[in-house]
Amino acid sequence: MTTLPRWADLGLIPLLNLSLAFLVSGLVVAAIGEDPIKAITVMIQGAFVYDGSLGYTLYYTTNFIFTGLAVSVAYKAMLFNIGGEGQAYLGGLGAVIVCLALDSILPAILLIPLAIAGAALFGALWALIPGWLQAYRGSHIVITTIMFNFIAAGMMVSLLGGPLQRVGQSSPQTRNIGEAGQLPFIHDIGRAMGFEATTTPLNLAFPLALLACLGVWVLIWRTRWGYALRALGHSQPAAVYAGIPAQRMIVVAMLISGALAGCMAVNEILGAQHKMVLNFTAGYGFTGIAVALMGRTHPVGIILAALLFGAIYQGGAELNFEFRTITREMVLLIQGLIILFSGALALMFVPWLGRALRRG
Amino acid sequence: MTPAIRMQGITKRFGAVIANDAVDLTVKPGSIHGVIGENGAGKSTLMSVLYGFYGADAGTIEVEGEAVTIASSADAIALGIGMVHQHFMLVQTFTVLENVMLGAEGGPMLAQGMEENRQELERLSQNYGLTVDPDALVGDLPVGVQQRVEIIKALRRGARVLILDEPTGVLTPEETEGLFQILRGLASEGVSILLITHKLNEIMAVTDQVSVMRGGKMVAHRETAVTSGSELAALMVGREVSLTREPAVASQGAPALDAKDMTWRDNNGVVRLQDVSLTLYGGEVLGVAGVSGNGQSELLNVLSGIEPMQEGELTIGNRRIVSADPAGPAEMRKLGLAHVPEDRHHRGLVLPFEARENAVLGYHHGPGTGEGRLISPAALTSHCTRLMNGFDVRPPDPMLRSAGFSGGNQQKLILAREIEAAPKILLIGQPTRGVDIGAIEFINDRIEELKAQGCAILLVSVELEEIFALSDRIAVMNEGRIEGVVRRTEADTATIGRLMAGVTGESAA
Amino acid sequence: MEDFIAIIRLLDATLRLSAPLILCAMAGLISERAGVIDIGLEGKLLASAFASAAVASLTGSPWLGLLTAIGVAMALGALHGFACITHRGEQIISGVAINIVASGLTVVLGIAIFAEGGQTPILGRTERFGPVDLPLSETLSEVPVLGPIYAELISGHTVPVYLALLAVPLIWWMLYRTTFGLRLRAVGEMPAAIDSAGVSVTWLRYRAVILAGLLCGIAGAYLSTAHGAGFVREMSAGKGFIALAAMIFGNWRPVPVLLACLLFGFLEASAARLQGVDLPLIGPAPVEIILVLPYVVTVILLAGFFGKSIPPKALGTPYVKER
Repeated sequence: MTTLPRWADLGLIPLLNLSLAFLVSGLVVAAIGEDPIKAITVMIQGAFVYDGSLGYTLYYTTNFIFTGLAVSVAYKAMLFNIGGEGQAYLGGLGAVIVCLALDSILPAILLIPLAIAGAALFGALWALIPGWLQAYRGSHIVITTIMFNFIAAGMMVSLLGGPLQRVGQSSPQTRNIGEAGQLPFIHDIGRAMGFEATTTPLNLAFPLALLACLGVWVLIWRTRWGYALRALGHSQPAAVYAGIPAQRMIVVAMLISGALAGCMAVNEILGAQHKMVLNFTAGYGFTGIAVALMGRTHPVGIILAALLFGAIYQGGAELNFEFRTITREMVLLIQGLIILFSGALALMFVPWLGRALRRG
Repeated sequence: MTPAIRMQGITKRFGAVIANDAVDLTVKPGSIHGVIGENGAGKSTLMSVLYGFYGADAGTIEVEGEAVTIASSADAIALGIGMVHQHFMLVQTFTVLENVMLGAEGGPMLAQGMEENRQELERLSQNYGLTVDPDALVGDLPVGVQQRVEIIKALRRGARVLILDEPTGVLTPEETEGLFQILRGLASEGVSILLITHKLNEIMAVTDQVSVMRGGKMVAHRETAVTSGSELAALMVGREVSLTREPAVASQGAPALDAKDMTWRDNNGVVRLQDVSLTLYGGEVLGVAGVSGNGQSELLNVLSGIEPMQEGELTIGNRRIVSADPAGPAEMRKLGLAHVPEDRHHRGLVLPFEARENAVLGYHHGPGTGEGRLISPAALTSHCTRLMNGFDVRPPDPMLRSAGFSGGNQQKLILAREIEAAPKILLIGQPTRGVDIGAIEFINDRIEELKAQGCAILLVSVELEEIFALSDRIAVMNEGRIEGVVRRTEADTATIGRLMAGVTGESAA
Repeated sequence: MEDFIAIIRLLDATLRLSAPLILCAMAGLISERAGVIDIGLEGKLLASAFASAAVASLTGSPWLGLLTAIGVAMALGALHGFACITHRGEQIISGVAINIVASGLTVVLGIAIFAEGGQTPILGRTERFGPVDLPLSETLSEVPVLGPIYAELISGHTVPVYLALLAVPLIWWMLYRTTFGLRLRAVGEMPAAIDSAGVSVTWLRYRAVILAGLLCGIAGAYLSTAHGAGFVREMSAGKGFIALAAMIFGNWRPVPVLLACLLFGFLEASAARLQGVDLPLIGPAPVEIILVLPYVVTVILLAGFFGKSIPPKALGTPYVKER
């Protein structure tokens, strides 16, 4: 096994894989007769330059930080949680139930923490079952979390078309939650402080996501539980030898993972949309896989990767306006290629680079 | 007479490590040729080159006088070379016949070759006394029979040279004797046999010639009839074996650990420990000898709490451990029991962890991680530095990933961790496996010191010399039972050997 | 008699809805029996559905569409192999990547080629596979009981449906009666045994993932050029995952997997029939619950509460030669 210096491993390899993903995407853009350079320029401008674009970018980033952290915490125990989508969906249910039930009774200061707890709790519970089945019944967590994504989707169709549906509405969505359940927008805060601010969906969930990163970092690298989790992820026999209760760790890791995924709903429902609509998770849970892989499952890496994906999503939306033939599905393609190159083919360059570095 | 195999000047490097350094080997047709050496001497690499797993960096191979290149196992098979691996290459869910057919099916349709393979299998079974039911599922067969299937597989593919890699490690003594008879039969039919082992008694029992490897080099070739075990042992280790080291005189203290009638079955329901009773006293070393795979690993796992207690009971101090009230590894540590596991890569260390993280493995709730609610990196580093200095771990770098240390230094780090925990009881499995000579002496000295401090030590080793050098009493395991416990002063290799083979008689103490 | 016809219709719908499941599940079975996890069934299905509809629309030939679909799915299979077999990448990650790439690329290319928001134009009669009337179905339809069964249920399906039904015995035969099948099963259980027998593990596994692509390709062509009349975005709609569930439910064995696919197809067909129907005692039919039943029963099976699922032993582990 070739080993690379740290800077190459953490810097060069992800950069190479990322470039390859963009290169292939660029080739597709060229193949459909558009100018890749122009496309990437539009994306960058759309993500960072245009008025309000940064707000949108950071709003997407918030989602990806939560789902990326969710994948990472489970991955530390060598658990592949690809159920972030379903857990986020259930998180939405938790948040919205709290708000719909209590938004006329409780003040914001009580309702919002309660709704956040609801999101985390429901997300955690949706991850609990696959986690428990993995730990105590040996069921493959990948398969069960996939199944749970579909079960969640089915459940939501019936709930949003039934008991949770807004009265007198035919579209599958809840009524708007009261103001007590709404997280303040950053632009509102800015204006209150006397700044000029463009209206964007960026809200207080963003600093909350950054706090979650800090929390996860402390949890994984500074607590004894995190130590045990990392030991378990690297070597189950060694963990058993060390007296680490593997089964309980797996369940708790999945609970935390699910809670983080559930918190994505805080940004979407309490922060941006103020109601739950069908498919509000929009694949962000799956993007979390790409974010975790790009970010090497480390909180700092996750912030950077989430920002990258936030920019790709926001910039990708801009493509719709500038090009006749490029739509935001281009973003899915880029995302898939990033997962392919920095995940499945992550080690493709390692032997080659190892040789090149030794020679040079 | 043309040699069956002639290897000359074989050199094979893995990165900076030279696994084979200009090795020569000549095997006469129809002979049983032993290749002996300690773990890591380069035996397996040499055989992998012969069987086409690795290409050699230099050197030539002749098979029956013809110069050949062996680039893959397919080439080796085509040249009439067969191999019986240490870990069987058998598909457990297939029948014996299907396993024998695999790779020699005789056409694209199974039906074409099925009958022919069946007849061939039966013919081989009869000719060489390799009795086996062609339609039995391999997973249902005992290990010894599975090994027979491996031999049949090789012969079916026309092997005239058969390589056996540590074939007896998993066998009972009766099965081993059965295997040797089969090998003698094969040799008399003209099959040349290469027996790779680190066990002297097997070489003496069954081979015609023997080649000794040490540190990647071939150091000697001998006719078995004119050499002796002690000469071979000297050649293997490169110096006279010090069977002379005597354990320090023990002042046996109070019972520290008392096991009564422990029986333990694995997941398949196979009995691995049978009515094991033993008492371990403070200030003594109890050596557990036996052919590997006779329950020693399971004994360590049950005593250390890694595997839960099933039948019987275990008493440590005031704590009585039974299946209804088990104790896991964490509780065992609290009871003052430390454990140096047999397999340091697998259990003893988390290889991707930094040394300082491994220095608290199992003790991460202890003072090594600092006093606060969070782990203190400074405390980790200073704790690890102290261990490294005390046990001369090189390089003394707490931040180095554990995979980056040599085997001996990894072992010293584990010993440091377990001994520094000031245990009342220490379980040690194969303390010097894959450890260089210098480190062995160091490790043995530490064990003696700990004993002098009154710790009760259980030492499991397949190396009899090690058992004799350190133990006050020797327990011998065979097929999951303790066949007898003998005082070191009253023991000799013959007695222990008889017990290891399951011949019970006058057992003392 | 009306009930009888209704049942025949329901079973007929079951067969039509099961066909893509059967093909995908058999694809998964071949790949996984060789030891390579195939989460990417969904992506291969979607990509090949697009490819066949696009080519059928551009050339007017469903057969060319089918061939392209097979080619595309086999290429994705080979890509999966390149990542998982050659580079020993995580098989699950590779599968997830293929799924996401497929769902992005089909729409991007769809818009670029047809400019209809990611769909292909609706295919005309000659551009897709029509029903095949088996001999004598007309004449026999008058025969009571057996007649309608033959004419409605057995006859009148499209070519890919018959291919799906044919695939099951063929794969059974291949797995258990041919040398290739023996080796395929061995490489999923104990690749080292194959290697030491002098057979290439890599090449065997590549053949398995590419063969899986072939079957997914037929399934994709069925979705867009036989069952449907053109491609719409995300038209695979989780069928690849239901097939995966069926494969697990059938314990990686052809006949039980076929039965699981038929069961799941039946659930889907009944859900469609029960849409908006009031059931006695229950009220409105719980269509959503019926639709998620395949996932629920698979989870319960995996939990080992009834039956036991025993995956191939080497499933998910890349082969590395031991030293």
